Formats: sequence, C-alpha cells, structure tokens
Amino acid sequence: MTDTAIHIRLEQTTPIPLSVNLECKAGELLALVGPSGSGKTTVLRAIAGLYQAQNATIICQGEVWQESEHKLFLACYQRHVGLVFQNYALFPHMTVLENVCQAVTHLPKQQRQTYALELLKKVHLEGLEKRYPKKLSGGQQQRVAVARALARQPKVLLLDEPFSAVDQVTRRKLYRELLELRQSLAIPMILVTHDLDESTLLADRIALLHKGEVLQTGSPELVAAHPISATVARLMDQQNLFSAQVVSHDPAKQKTLLRWRDMQIEAAYQPQFPINEPVCWMIQSANILLHRRDRVSNGDKENPLHGEIVEYMESRGLAHIRVQIDQQRETSLAIHVPLHVAKRNSLSLHEKISISLLSEGIHLMTYQALHRSS
Amino acid sequence: MDWQALSLSIKLSFVTLLFLLPIGVFLGRWLAYRQFWGKSLLQTLLALPLVLPPTVLGYYLLVVFSPQDGLGLWLLNTFGTSLIFNFQGLVLASIIFNLPFAIHPMQRAFAGIPREVREAASCCGMKPALVLWRIELPLAWPGIISAMVMCFAHTLGEFGIVLMIGGNIPNETQTIAISIYDRVQSFDNQAAAIMSFSLLLFSMLTISFTYWLSARSEQIYD
Repeated sequence: MTDTAIHIRLEQTTPIPLSVNLECKAGELLALVGPSGSGKTTVLRAIAGLYQAQNATIICQGEVWQESEHKLFLACYQRHVGLVFQNYALFPHMTVLENVCQAVTHLPKQQRQTYALELLKKVHLEGLEKRYPKKLSGGQQQRVAVARALARQPKVLLLDEPFSAVDQVTRRKLYRELLELRQSLAIPMILVTHDLDESTLLADRIALLHKGEVLQTGSPELVAAHPISATVARLMDQQNLFSAQVVSHDPAKQKTLLRWRDMQIEAAYQPQFPINEPVCWMIQSANILLHRRDRVSNGDKENPLHGEIVEYMESRGLAHIRVQIDQQRETSLAIHVPLHVAKRNSLSLHEKISISLLSEGIHLMTYQALHRSS
Repeated sequence: MDWQALSLSIKLSFVTLLFLLPIGVFLGRWLAYRQFWGKSLLQTLLALPLVLPPTVLGYYLLVVFSPQDGLGLWLLNTFGTSLIFNFQGLVLASIIFNLPFAIHPMQRAFAGIPREVREAASCCGMKPALVLWRIELPLAWPGIISAMVMCFAHTLGEFGIVLMIGGNIPNETQTIAISIYDRVQSFDNQAAAIMSFSLLLFSMLTISFTYWLSARSEQIYD
C-alpha cells in the first residue's frame, strides 16, 4: 500500500529556529497553530519549496521533496502543491478563468479549460470567469485562490491564514464551504492559523508551534483540555491556570489532593506528580459549575468555592465572568455561561456567587513560574 | 532642419535601446529581488550618471578608450577597432549614461510585484523563465516601457558626453543636439529654433506618456 501522508521534519537553529516533526494523513486537516512569529508560515513555505530549511526531510505521498542529507531539494514548481496565500496572491492582470488555467498546464490542452471551469463551479464562482481579481469581493478572491490551488491537482493542500482577510460573516460562510470541500479531497491538508476557534472548528488535529518548535499535537479538544505544559495551556488561551502543591494521592477514590493558596482542591488522580512538589493546574470553563441560587444540587459539593464577580461582559449570547475567590487577583477564575443562565441567576458585577470545580476537569502539569500579564 | 543629424540621433536612440532593454530587465530584476554584498555600492555606481556632469563622464570614457594605452589600445590590437569618434563609441557612451534611466524604473516595477504573486506562479508549476514571461513582464511592462521612452528621449537630446567621445563629425557622430549648437554658432537661428522646438515637443510627449503609464500601472493593484 502506498503512503498517502506527508511527513515533515525540519531542524535548524538559524536564521529562524525550527524543530518540527509532523505527519498529516490523506484526507486529514492539520492546523498549525501558534502566536505571530512562531514559525507557522515558515513551515508551510518549507513544505511548498519556497523556503529551504538547513536540515529537513519532506516526503509527500512517497515522493521525496527534500532530503538534506543527500542534498535533495525539489523546487516549488517541481512539487505538486496547492497553496492558498493569506492575501490570495491572484494574478492581477488575468481573469478568474485565466488565473485558474495557469495551474492546469500539466493536463492536455483540450482538457484545461473544462477542468478549470469545473473547479470554478465547485467553489461557486460560475458566471465570474471573465472578471478581473480587483472586481471581486474578498470571499470571491479566496474562492479563486482555492480553485487555483486545487487546479494543480496537488499532493498536499496548504492554506496560509486564508480567512484572515475577510469579514466575519463571509468567514463563517467560507468555513462551511471548506468543510464541504474537504469531504471530496483525499489529500493531506495543512492550515496555518492563529485563531484557536478556527482550528477547533476545521481541523482534525492541531500542532501547536512556539518559537519554531512543535510543542504538542493532537485533537483540538485534547490539546485544550490536556496541555502538556503551562506554556501550551497559555498558548491555547487557557485562562484558568494556576500553581499549587500536591498534598496526597488517593488511589481508592482516584483523586489527587492539591493545596491551592489556603484551600484544598480535589483533582482527578494524577500520581505521576510527587507529593509536596509544586505543580501547575488548569480547568476549562466548561468544568466549572455555577451553583443555582434557589436550590442546592449534588454537583455543588465538588470543590465548592465562593467569590465575588469582578468582571462581567456579555457577548454573542454568552456572559463572560471573572470570579475572585479570596480577594486576590491571582485566584480569579474565568467562567463563560449562556446569557439566559446569567440572567436567571441575576449575575452582575460585585454579586457574590458560589461555584464548583469538577475534579475530573482539573488537569495537572509540571511546575513552571506563571507570569501574569494582567 | 538637419535631417541627417536627426536620423543619426534616432538611430543612436534605437540601437541604445536594443542593448538597454535586456540589460535593464536583467539588472533591474536582479536588484529588485536579490540581496547581496556590495549591492549599495553597485547601485551607487549605476546611479552616478544621474549626478555626474556628462562632460566628466565623457572625459573618463575618452581616457579609458583612448587607443594610446590601456583598454583602448587592447581593443585596437585585438579587434582592430576604436571606440573614440565613431558611432560604436556613441552607442557605448549612450548605454552607460542611460543606465540609471533604464534600471531604476525597471527595478521599481519589478519590486512592485508582490512576492506572493511570483511564488503563486511557482506553485502553479511555472519554471522561473515562465514566471518572468507570464507574470513579471506583463506586470512590470509599464515600468519597462516608461524606462525605454525616457532613455530614447534622453539619448536624443544628449549633448556633453556625445561631443566628448564622438566629436562633431557630420553623418558619423553629429547628433541633433550638436547640430543645434552648430547652427546657433553659425547664427542660423531659424534652423536651431525648428530643431529645438521639435525636441521640446518630443520631450513633452514622452513625459506625458510616462505619467500615463505610471498611472495605469498603479491601477493594476487597486
């Protein structure tokens, strides 16, 4: 059976440090996620052959594109890659159809236009074939770029922040179209984005990049809920990240007891962390239970905490709340609840509320100093 | 009107363009896309004719190509030719003093093409020569044409350097600018006026044309 995946290994220290070892299977959408300057686009450019990393191995569908040891490097035009650029990079002096036709030169002449028209239909651009790029909206330009990338019949589809230049409404529409399109694509797809919501929505797996190094790969849910380090947690925008000390492990109850400031917190059983040693811990907002004010429920007994609402914001059907536990800014927890829940419980600024931390949702990580920016 | 001088000037301009077009495209593109040691020095050298008095440039060319010694002597001994006081010498001088007028606009035109557009062409499977032909040249052509028009007009009107290296030999090195000077010297003001007005008109037309082209070039990226 032939290998249909792409394997990428990039190692270098200068001029841009890179330490990347990734694999993306056919039909899989892998998102390269990370803050600006983390090296995401460089990795994508290296795959496309637009950047030559010093020590690299890139093998796509069994074809060696780069092998530094044997000084093998295929130029971009020799690799079958489809790349959608951040600003689409359409050829401004050519019509939509001509743009797409530029990438089908590997087909016999009589088939080129038919295939290009087919692709334009696939991305919902019928009737716009004779338009020039500057006469198209941002969303339409993006679709032309996608059609052109697919026209090459690529062995890998690379998407470099393709949604960053369009408004939110268009973006949502393009997300749906990409999800629909990917059903019919049996090639590896790699998306570069700094938008975590975008990667969660579109990707099967994410690879978190920081300073050129892949820190963790996995499903978006896994990386968000079980980051391997506090750095990963912070890069995944985990707001409830704290340090504590391990008090004890209880294998019978499958619990690990933590001392967080002067409070005892029960976490899921994680015996790999030694007793009396400091650790970092985190909890996602979804694992924080808001106590109903009118009646007590069973969940209320799990790590109950009492505090004051010090921040309250409403946005798009959610109430974003920050609850301060013991008058210390460092012990405030971020919770996001549906707006109707916030209204029903009369939540507002400076209200006193009670919450529970679900022990199964408390994830421990090796200790590292936490620097808070706010 | 000295038709002989005018036709010589036009011939000189066209021959100069024939050489400057490939030189300008190659050097302009190279300077636009490549970073290398000594780039600033090279750019300074190429820009020198912009500020150097043409007579100074002409003087140095005269010294360098003098058949008495050095390069001039070598040319004479090897090819049996000289570049002083003949048409070939005028072509060489015109190429040199037009270098910045050819290279700068072309360099700007190539630099104005977004890197991603060129890379997208590579991703489409185009080899570098095809990227140049299908993408870069069509996008840079307003800059290239404007450079060529400027060089043509500049060559047509050049006086100092032509006089220094070519002298004033009718039908060999006497261009229209030198002819105007000659007519004034011999008090033939009417002929001088007609020729001067023709050059003025031509210069105005070329400048209008280059402005129109640069406006058109900006529209491409709107």
